[in-house]
Amino acid sequence: MKVLVPVKRVVDYNVKVRVKSDQTGVDIANVKMSMNPFDEIAVEEATRLKEKGAATEVVAVSCGVAQSQETLRTAMAIGADRGILVQTDAELQPLAVAKLLKALVDKEQPQLVILGKQAIDDDANQTGQMLAALLDWPQATFASKVEVADGKAVVTREVDGGLETVSLKLPAIVTTDLRLNEPRYVTLPNIMKAKKKPLDTVSPADLGVDPAPRLKTLKVAEPPQRKAGIKVPDVATLVDKLKNEAKVV
Amino acid sequence: MTTLVIAEHDNAELKGATLNTLAAAARLGGDVHVLVAGQGARAVADQAARAAGVAKVLLADAPHLAEGLAENVAAQVLAVAGSYSHILFPATAAGKNVAPRVAAKLDVAQVSDIIAVESPDTFQRPIYAGNAIATVQSGDAVKVVTVRTTGFDAVAAEGGSAPVEEVAAVADSGLSSFVGREVAKNDRPELTAARVVVSGGRGLGSAENFKLLDPLADKLGAAVGASRAAVDAGYAPNDWQVGQTGKIVAPQLYVAVGISGAIQHLAGMKDSKVIVAINKDAEAPIFGVADYGLVGDLFQVVPELAAAL
Repeated sequence: MKVLVPVKRVVDYNVKVRVKSDQTGVDIANVKMSMNPFDEIAVEEATRLKEKGAATEVVAVSCGVAQSQETLRTAMAIGADRGILVQTDAELQPLAVAKLLKALVDKEQPQLVILGKQAIDDDANQTGQMLAALLDWPQATFASKVEVADGKAVVTREVDGGLETVSLKLPAIVTTDLRLNEPRYVTLPNIMKAKKKPLDTVSPADLGVDPAPRLKTLKVAEPPQRKAGIKVPDVATLVDKLKNEAKVV
Repeated sequence: MTTLVIAEHDNAELKGATLNTLAAAARLGGDVHVLVAGQGARAVADQAARAAGVAKVLLADAPHLAEGLAENVAAQVLAVAGSYSHILFPATAAGKNVAPRVAAKLDVAQVSDIIAVESPDTFQRPIYAGNAIATVQSGDAVKVVTVRTTGFDAVAAEGGSAPVEEVAAVADSGLSSFVGREVAKNDRPELTAARVVVSGGRGLGSAENFKLLDPLADKLGAAVGASRAAVDAGYAPNDWQVGQTGKIVAPQLYVAVGISGAIQHLAGMKDSKVIVAINKDAEAPIFGVADYGLVGDLFQVVPELAAAL
């Protein structure tokens, strides 16, 4: 069974982004970029499936600028066997990425695609579900446990109020939630090995996809800032403030 | 111009998130219809029909719609999508699961997690964990949108009297099946709908210590939440998680206990009306957003606070 894992290059989790003064976007020049954390969980899960013998090959895919190669190398250092970069400088929105991925799925014929549930830059939470729709495949989003056997994936999902388990006929789409696994630290030998793994580059045109954005960003602004309040010396003062000033208790 | 709102429910009861989504629909102008897709969900449809501003309720009732499977619910939405200009889902686990499937099938973009409606095609939504607010315009014929419930005050649950129309249920896709559900049982209000939320962070130190929050939450009638750090450490279940990747809450009172205030956590609670922070580290970023900060040992302060209320 082949597993496809899409990975996105995003501003690192620890970077606090700043809105550009002309309100056209956030300033990502000279900030640290990393693999989207949920995608790292996806690569780890696919790698574990391979280590367990449930998967035979793990293919990492990234759509975006040339530097996304680094993200693919990270995926290969975790355990992906090879990488495919769909290279473009154009702005990519989730529907366009889903279409690019569909074209690659048609070509690669994986039985399972594991994606992060959302990217921490646009916070859209769409691509996996959209890809499932375009392929007419079943989906299990927000996975906290994945078991693959007998042509099925049994997936436990994080939902409001608890957990839910669904069974999907393969081929299928899974998107990862935080507790699915804890990605391994990549070791230097594996980073070196990853450099030698195959990495192909294609363009959206090669895949017959028009990635033009459908949503126009008119403005990106700072959120309203919340001002720090006061420090209270003790519980009695706190209770007094909550009762008589804020009137919330 | 007519908007279709997809109801959030458990086949017995209409969930509050639907009322917030109806409020966003009202901002668009035009008629508002509601789709209830479920099994034995007549009571839900009747409830939706009484909500303010609803002109019509569509009820699709079938066994394979009972558990909200994305494949079947998306197909049901598409079956009735017809001439709607807007299709709105609450940005809940269920709504986020289904909406992109509908958008992709319609070949339109989805606008996720809107917090404001500027015009029928222009919306505000947070990006980068709420560190920026993007104003986006959709040029697509149909706007598929998920609505952040804290961005819109719920419409009145009573007062309307819309007709309920039964619509044919789509066939079971056969692609997926429901296996089971483990719902955490407690008597507390739902996190996203609670008037007061008491949240714990890594400062609690253990799952055992997390119980320290119970008497305080009992006194305040509060829901209990947690930071991602506390969830990651196994102190609290994931569905308690407040933040960028968890739940977004905006209660009247938010009490952050032993939470340092990482940006990802602030993204989930900074729209709360009043924020109280209790932390032993006076430099913790949570104090930067708290209305009332108390620097101290939470193991002393929390019981004392519970007793004083």
